[in-house]
Amino acid sequence: MAKMNMLHAINSALDITMNEHPQACIFGEDVGYFGGVFRATSGLQEKYGKHRVFNTPLTEQGILGFANGLAAFGAPALAEIQFADYIFPAFDQIVNESAKFRYRSGNEFNVGNLTVRTPYGGGIAGGLYHSQSPEAYFAHTPGLKIVVPRNPYQAKGLLRASIKDDNPVIFFEPKRLYRASTGEVPEDDYTIELGKAEVVQEGTDITLLAWGAQMEIVENSAKQAHEQGISCEVIDLRSILPWDVETIAKSVTKTGRLVISHEAPITNGFGAEIAATIQQECFLHLESPIMRVCGLDTPYPLALEKEYVPDALKVMAAIKQSMDF
Amino acid sequence: MSNPNNVSLNINHDLEFIDGHALTIPTLSILTEEGDIHPSATAPTISKHTALKLYETMRFIRLLDERMQGAQRQGRVSFYMQCLGEEAAVTASAAALDQNDMIMAQYREQAALHYRGFTLDQFMNQMFSNELDLGKGRQMPIHYGSKELNYMTISSPLGTQIPQATGYAYGQKVKHIDAKTGELASTIDNVTICYFGEGAASEGDFHAGLNMAAVHKAPVIFFARNNGYAISTPAEEQFKGDGIASRGVGYGIKTIRVDGSDALAVFAATQKAREIAATQGEPVLIESIAYRLGAHSTSDDPSGYRSKDEEANHKVCPIDKFKKWLIKQDWLNEEDDAKAKEAIREDILAALKRAEKVQKPALEELISDVYDTPIPSLTRQYNDLKAHIKQHPDAYPITAGRIK
Repeated sequence: MAKMNMLHAINSALDITMNEHPQACIFGEDVGYFGGVFRATSGLQEKYGKHRVFNTPLTEQGILGFANGLAAFGAPALAEIQFADYIFPAFDQIVNESAKFRYRSGNEFNVGNLTVRTPYGGGIAGGLYHSQSPEAYFAHTPGLKIVVPRNPYQAKGLLRASIKDDNPVIFFEPKRLYRASTGEVPEDDYTIELGKAEVVQEGTDITLLAWGAQMEIVENSAKQAHEQGISCEVIDLRSILPWDVETIAKSVTKTGRLVISHEAPITNGFGAEIAATIQQECFLHLESPIMRVCGLDTPYPLALEKEYVPDALKVMAAIKQSMDF
Repeated sequence: MSNPNNVSLNINHDLEFIDGHALTIPTLSILTEEGDIHPSATAPTISKHTALKLYETMRFIRLLDERMQGAQRQGRVSFYMQCLGEEAAVTASAAALDQNDMIMAQYREQAALHYRGFTLDQFMNQMFSNELDLGKGRQMPIHYGSKELNYMTISSPLGTQIPQATGYAYGQKVKHIDAKTGELASTIDNVTICYFGEGAASEGDFHAGLNMAAVHKAPVIFFARNNGYAISTPAEEQFKGDGIASRGVGYGIKTIRVDGSDALAVFAATQKAREIAATQGEPVLIESIAYRLGAHSTSDDPSGYRSKDEEANHKVCPIDKFKKWLIKQDWLNEEDDAKAKEAIREDILAALKRAEKVQKPALEELISDVYDTPIPSLTRQYNDLKAHIKQHPDAYPITAGRIK
């Protein structure tokens, strides 16, 4: 074990992959010598050469098109989109191509070797073009897998699982936590199963569900709630697609209450899908309506970020509202 | 050099703009309409076997196109696209490749697939989306694909295959990296060819794909079929400048323009392009000029947007032109050709009837291949659907009787 921040953990997962497969390539804007805008790929070009770790021209559409082709060839394609806000020029290549490659060809071809890494979310004073959480757009597309880690240990294990998974995966990295979150991470290889949520803290009164950077927020709320005598069960969803209905339903059956929190705007956010499914699965066990604490239906702001974000205080208010229903 | 980091700029003191039409790229032509070699041209070396296979493929595709266009009009298939006028461009380029080179096509390149060995029954099974279709009945007619024949399954969105071809070709190159030195080998086993129309060259994917191929030196042959029309939009409403070829030059890619109705010119150009891609590890652009004699698709009616006069001006048949050359080589005669045509027509009709009778894919193909294995939500949805169909078998006659 070694103490790592999330960038080191991601770098370690990429390093293992590059070593493991002689045709694996890392590419994106500035990922070569510079190591990426956040330095997640630092040192990898020196180690694996310019043919396998390289800067691309500034074309997200091109990066994903190239990645689809490389993955279809059979080489692990490790593409980076510098900010999740800039993934939209690549939307067609992801939604119409990556997601449908296997299905439309009757499994003659697939891009299971594709992993797209991209920093998402707020908290870095990035305003409306460096703070978005676009996971729900992609969660509406059959054929993709979507993963969001919450800390360095999770990041390495989930990224390795994403790379090994035989389906295209979009891996959203909480950029606010890149350096802020540190912890013990094995230097050797390991994976964390995709599609499984993790019960981070057991409790009896109410279930709190989040993913990525929002986990830190709901964990703080759980501490505040504990001080007020409320026992929270805290769950990290980890995989948005496919998502672990069973673990969430089991928890809500036990607690009878659910608060879902995510940074993205509330309307049609992934919380809406969870709320709809869980009310169907757990209807007779619910003690109060399922609550959502999310971003406003506005672009992500700059000056009034603190007001905008679903912080621990807002989650706490929802917990109380649910308990008092 | 236009790189600001490069100090050796070509300095000029005259305020002068370069005209957008300053670059005029010539068109390679080898074969005359009468099937002779132009006096100043050099014919490529082509074996009798290859030349005849090329011709037979063009002849087959012409007959298949005619029959399937008719089948669509009769309501037997929902959609069809013929390659009338572009048979030589597609077939001769495919003939110049190695069987293991990857083909990433747009949709009008069925001749390249047939040249590789895709059988008449395979064509029919795809068009009738029956259970023998390699694509499992998921895409509209003419969206063929075959891993065995290195022909990437067609995708409807235009131009998406262009940057993918760059990535695929890059994979073919990375395969040759020396693990110890990190250096590339001097020759690459296989390359990728990417077909697209001049309309698709307006998509962002075209620019992204060409630029990345140039920068990263991907061994890909971009084959632009400039046939004058993108559905109903004529080329002059599609782009300015000197066709698609000038853009290749702009991206720093070796480029050639060929007469797409001239099988020998296309063959020669593609053979050379392949050599450049494989030995120099870099992309090449070929722009083929061959007028689209037919409609864009069966959903299109060119009489609404082009005149009879215009069509009459473009009556050169690429197949006849090549046939005349073959006859002059003494490799073909009219009598055998006529007999072969009759036999192919009969085969096509029989295959069409066979494919029509094959049943549709099984219900489980609805959820297979979305992922490598069905995710839990899909399995749940499938079980619910199966139970529903069992309760209402009359409403779902294609699958009800076959549910396990």
